[in-house]
Amino acid sequence: MEAAVKYVKSLFLFELLKGLQLTGRYFFAKKITVQYPEEKTPMSPRFRGLHALRRYPNGEERCIACKLCEAVCPALAITIDSEPRADGTRRTTRYEIDLFKCIYCGFCEESCPVDSIVETREFEYVFEERGEHIMTKDKLLAMGDKYEDQIAADRAVDARYR
Amino acid sequence: MLDSIDNLLSIFPEAVQTVIWIVLKIVAIVVPVLLSVAYLTLAERKVIGYIQVRIGPNRVGPRGFLQPIADGLKLILKETIVPSSANRALFVIAPILAFTPVVASYAVLPFDKGMALANVNAGLLYILAMTSIGVYGIIIAGWASNSKYAFLSAIRSAAQIVSYEIAMGFALVCVLMAAGSLNMTDIVEAQSGSIFHWFWIPLFPMFVVYFISGVAETNRAPFDVAEGESEIVAGFHVEYSGMTFGVFFLAEYAAMILISLLTSLMFLGGYLSPFQGIPFIGDTVLGHSSILWLLLKTAFFLFLYLWFRATFPRYRYDQIMRLGWKVFIPLTIVWIVVLGVAILAGIGPWFN
Repeated sequence: MEAAVKYVKSLFLFELLKGLQLTGRYFFAKKITVQYPEEKTPMSPRFRGLHALRRYPNGEERCIACKLCEAVCPALAITIDSEPRADGTRRTTRYEIDLFKCIYCGFCEESCPVDSIVETREFEYVFEERGEHIMTKDKLLAMGDKYEDQIAADRAVDARYR
Repeated sequence: MLDSIDNLLSIFPEAVQTVIWIVLKIVAIVVPVLLSVAYLTLAERKVIGYIQVRIGPNRVGPRGFLQPIADGLKLILKETIVPSSANRALFVIAPILAFTPVVASYAVLPFDKGMALANVNAGLLYILAMTSIGVYGIIIAGWASNSKYAFLSAIRSAAQIVSYEIAMGFALVCVLMAAGSLNMTDIVEAQSGSIFHWFWIPLFPMFVVYFISGVAETNRAPFDVAEGESEIVAGFHVEYSGMTFGVFFLAEYAAMILISLLTSLMFLGGYLSPFQGIPFIGDTVLGHSSILWLLLKTAFFLFLYLWFRATFPRYRYDQIMRLGWKVFIPLTIVWIVVLGVAILAGIGPWFN
């Protein structure tokens, strides 16, 4: 009996019609495509994009060249050279992140004792020439200056989970 | 307008005039077919996109309407590469051999009453012959490429099409038994009366078998083992690039349109209106037979093609063979007998 039912069902394409019914329903479903350049998906305050070096409100750079980020970086993307400055404090003379090596894990940000190196929400960037993939200290500081308000706001939101 | 063309042509001798008229008619069929092919690709991407809860191409032109033009331009501009170990002559002939018979088949289709390029008495036979020749394009392409994937595809395609051609042929036998004619116009006229006079009711199993065989015949999903991109990359056209590939593409889509047209002509009353014979509505414009009805029915079947492609996974090769030989062929033979009895008994409204 069961075999007969199965035979009749397969002869009348029962399962196939069910499949068509399902896809037919999705044909009229609301589309979930995000039209990227015009529309963007919501972004978390913890988003890990392009890096930046921050400054204190008085304009002094935060980084004290402790090299914890260099040590923690699993991809060995960070290179730091340091020297004492004229006022006796230790500062970086070179702070470079190789974006080809970087895996955007955010360990550098976590390890930083002075919240200097951070990752911003910036993710739409391209390199058009050789060498552009090295984020130099100047570029990092410029990023920090440009996005300071956003960076500070994101850190404030996330502060209670740290 | 036709008269003015006639006046213009009267400077030529009679024989030349006839040739020019035929060429004009061919252009009037082929150009719309090629345009529909172009926009069928857009429709396909849109429909499949919608079924997958996406929106499909919408960047080139308003709502993506220039996408087929961009695709076509790209294909024309690309280089045609002939593999060094390929058989040059056959390699180039193959796409032409795939495309020409499909387009040639359009010659006998009645788009409206008396609107056929050639009102041949053996129209159905001609179509059967032409669609069978189309397979040679694929087989030759697979062989001439000198590639194992292309060759595997050619073998698969040959076996598949031989199997489904039989079921298709038997389904057509049922149609010609019901209509009593091989002439396409007569087949459509035999269905006139009302929507219930169309052959889809007495020939319903044949209608389904014919369309499914048609899907198999055009190598479309779920019967696209000849193409099978997951196992034999792209089958018979792996080695083709640029416009040689483009011609295969055109052939496949033109064949889809052809099968849809044939199904609507033979089972859904072609250019006849579905409101024919219904009081009041049947007497208005809606009741008149027109090419628009044919196009509407064709569009429905084309949509089915796309719907199938978005729904079903590819058949396994042995399952395709089982379906063709052990389901469709017995089914069609049984139905020929049933139909014979029905015609003898004069069951109305079709056979009295």
